[in-house]
Amino acid sequence: MSHGRGMSHYQKMRTITSEKISSAVRQLTMEAASQLEPDILEALLQARDSEESLLARHVLELLISNADIASREKVPVCQDTGVAVLFVEVGQQVAISGSLEEAIQAGVRSGYQDGFLRKSVCDPLTRVNTGTNTPAVIHYEIVEGDQVRIAMLPKGCGSENMSGLTMLPPSAGIEGMVDFVVKQAVEAGPNPCPPIVVGVGMGGSFEKAAYLAKKSLLRPLGEASPRHDLAELEQQILTEINKQGVGVQGLGGNHTALAVHIDSFPSHIASLPVAVNIQCHAHRHKEIVI
Amino acid sequence: MSLLRYRPDFFDSLKQVDLPFDQEVLVSLRAGDLVSLTGILYTGRDQTHRRFVALLDEGKELPVDLARQLLYYVGPSPARPGQVIGAAGPTTSYRMDTYTPRLLELGLAGTMGKGGRSTAVRQAMLKHQAVYLAAFGGAGALLSKSVKEAEVVAFADAGPEALFRFRVEEFPAVVINDTLGNDFYEMVRLRKK
Repeated sequence: MSHGRGMSHYQKMRTITSEKISSAVRQLTMEAASQLEPDILEALLQARDSEESLLARHVLELLISNADIASREKVPVCQDTGVAVLFVEVGQQVAISGSLEEAIQAGVRSGYQDGFLRKSVCDPLTRVNTGTNTPAVIHYEIVEGDQVRIAMLPKGCGSENMSGLTMLPPSAGIEGMVDFVVKQAVEAGPNPCPPIVVGVGMGGSFEKAAYLAKKSLLRPLGEASPRHDLAELEQQILTEINKQGVGVQGLGGNHTALAVHIDSFPSHIASLPVAVNIQCHAHRHKEIVI
Repeated sequence: MSLLRYRPDFFDSLKQVDLPFDQEVLVSLRAGDLVSLTGILYTGRDQTHRRFVALLDEGKELPVDLARQLLYYVGPSPARPGQVIGAAGPTTSYRMDTYTPRLLELGLAGTMGKGGRSTAVRQAMLKHQAVYLAAFGGAGALLSKSVKEAEVVAFADAGPEALFRFRVEEFPAVVINDTLGNDFYEMVRLRKK
């Protein structure tokens, strides 16, 4: 292979500095905590307008006011500003100057400090708080292109604790999968701050299902799965959950869940992993493309 | 967003309750009542409870007298300069269940968080004539407006899990468990079936 021909196979790299990453993550961290995205606000307004219970309507009104105050006064929507979960897609034509991992962790650290956010991360065994809300949980993906996309999902644990995963036998089928998701959402009762968003990961392997369940929460609320059969299943599960009457904050009514998102991945012929990641109504997420 | 009200109308229909609790008012509360709390309360969550019970096990006194008090399960976010407190909504209560009966024995009259309580806690509440309230989860920014003073009383090293004394005004909540043994979450579930 001639030198010249070999060179033509190299893609031009774009350099992004770690400082730029750090500063973007800091900004995302602070904004995500106090500003709900338009999709979740719209879902809360729609829920209020179609809620049958008077008490639940009052509470939805209160939650909408809460979002308004948080955004205007830069106070966190919820005091549980979560463990920082980040989905980072790095284009394969991007070169990062410095350490990407350190840049992200530094951005999270300064975002929680400078944004007056609660530091909720501790050693699982000793329960000693790290004091910085780091380490953040970071999922990396290498993708095509020359950009970096960073999605920030600060995850509160009232809802995270109500999540679950099961390895169903394939014979359980759609019915078994639906039952598990509905049961997980309904038995959580008032604990995860309903109306909830239900992220479902179906298929793949044990950890892939959990990853998909969480990642599905990033999809704009109300946007159906591009797969027709999954979109139908999302609607069926949502209707079933909302029929059970847990309602807003467990106080009754017809809005226990705002949306169900299902992401799937092919699984082994012997297996049907199903993961359910529950998210509260204070569904905070922000992303940036650099 | 400009149409939204900072203080929803239904605040006007709440039952006014002063803190610490007056015994007569306490026993008059019923599951499902919407209340507006004004006065002094204490805060505590996982670590606070662990430390309370460790102190009791060692035969020591707690840093505050809990008799007649309301203990609010909250780990607030830090206050910005000029603010009393950051967001201050409830955390999930079941994590405190193992510790709660010990504190009710000391005369603690009420607890406040979100989500249902264990059978053991419900029995202890009935025995000691205590109530459990739910604050509105995920409304921490709005609820912080009802906190007029906040002071760390103990366990400062625990950060958000420190024991605070709050002075609250018109802090909204729902009575879940009353002194007759009723449970509002259960009533909602049964009503649906």
